Amino acid sequence: MYKTYKDLPAEPVASQHTEDIMTGTWRTIRPVLNEDKCIRCYMCWKFCPDMSMIVEKEGDYPHVDLDHCKGCGICSNECPRGAIRMERETL
Amino acid sequence: MIEMMNANYAAARAAKLARVDVTAVYPITPQTSISEKLAEMVQKGEMDAKFMMMESEHSAMSALIGASYVGARTFTATSSHGLALMHEMLMWAVGARRPIVMPVAARTIGGPWNIWGEHHDVITERDTGWLQIFCENNQEVLDTVLMAYRVAEDPEVMLPIMVIEDGFILSHTVDIVDVPEQEKVDRYLPPFKPEYPVDVKNPMRHGGLMMPDWWTEFRYLIYQSQEVARTKLLEAEKEFEAIFGRSYGGMMEYYKCDDADAVLVVAGSAAGTAKEVADRYRAEGKKVGVAKLRVFRPFPAEEVRRLADMTTTIGVFDRSYTYGDGGAMFNEVRSALQSTGSVMKDYVGGLGGRDVTVKFIEWIFDDLLRIAEAGKADRTVEWVGLKDGTGRW
Ligand code: SF4
Ligand code: SF4
Repeated sequence: MYKTYKDLPAEPVASQHTEDIMTGTWRTIRPVLNEDKCIRCYMCWKFCPDMSMIVEKEGDYPHVDLDHCKGCGICSNECPRGAIRMERETL
Repeated sequence: MIEMMNANYAAARAAKLARVDVTAVYPITPQTSISEKLAEMVQKGEMDAKFMMMESEHSAMSALIGASYVGARTFTATSSHGLALMHEMLMWAVGARRPIVMPVAARTIGGPWNIWGEHHDVITERDTGWLQIFCENNQEVLDTVLMAYRVAEDPEVMLPIMVIEDGFILSHTVDIVDVPEQEKVDRYLPPFKPEYPVDVKNPMRHGGLMMPDWWTEFRYLIYQSQEVARTKLLEAEKEFEAIFGRSYGGMMEYYKCDDADAVLVVAGSAAGTAKEVADRYRAEGKKVGVAKLRVFRPFPAEEVRRLADMTTTIGVFDRSYTYGDGGAMFNEVRSALQSTGSVMKDYVGGLGGRDVTVKFIEWIFDDLLRIAEAGKADRTVEWVGLKDGTGRW
């Protein structure tokens, strides 16, 4: 990462990759997964618009990348088992 | 080669000489013949460029921003409402650091409808981050377009530049223009090689979201580049002079200012008229000078301050007006001269196509000489030639 403006390219190009931008701070509600209900169909993984629902390898339960998840709730809405609850973020 | 042409054709010829790759245009009076000339040259195969006819000036600027990303040298021209319609993309071109060069045939903005010349359109865009260069004559328009690419594409600058020609006064008036040889221009202007071209083999994110944590720093880089542009403009002009034998005095040209009782600061074609009047006055023993404000962005505050060593009385001619305050050029000259003790006055005129004649400039010089003698100005702003029934003008 950059330390001062002197490290920046003049052109605002590739300045930060989306992985570096912690958009997770924008979230007001977070998805919480109930593994007991989850059937590992990965509909949540498929529908997450931010690639924040992570499946490490086939057969695993999904987990949420909270650094990037914006809390849109799509995963919760799409889950056929109601396994994802959206919980309010607290400080 | 010496040819006769108006400033619009001079601008188009400069684009050809600069080997522009992409031009996207939307015609607007009084710029239209720039677009027409480009179309003609491309159609005849004289100019090897992509000619894109757009559905608006906003689209024209957007298209050039895109084309510039792949490394194309880009060119368009506009005026008045077209420039205003571009506003959003003018800002984007700066933020994306695209070195687009664009002649603007300066014209008033309605309403009511008026197609004639003044500077309100370009003055309104002074805060976009574009460099702004005002030209006095057709030759200067051609030469400045070439210099503009040198400066704009400099890796330390990477900012777009407006080359301003007075609508109709220059855009439609034929004058002698020395068209440089292609081979010399090629020597002066190497091909554009952006540092981060869009390239499928080396994917990169361009123009994506910029978070608050680095936004200030990117704005600071633009500020720095504008500052660097001061030296780059002077260098570009010096090298231009070495190859082509012409120069325009850098950021500000001092014409007979040295020992003047009064100096008039003026941008654009009126500078030529003012110099003419200064010559006549000098012949009569009246010591007046003209400071031609050639580069308006970056603002030549240093060069303006030097005027305080040459004279006590400084008038500024504004061909536009910033409502609720003085003319923009006056205000900037005034803030550069603050604490120098100069006596100053703003002269507003030449609006909406009203001619700036010799008589007009004479009136200003007479007024300035009166002020120089009195040691103080009678008022801060004078709308010269205003039909106010007082018989003052
Ligand atoms: S959509 Fe629901 S059931 Fe399917 S993997 Fe995701 S959390 Fe589990
Ligand atoms: S809340 Fe939205 S962003 Fe977060 S994991 Fe679910 S679908 Fe993805």
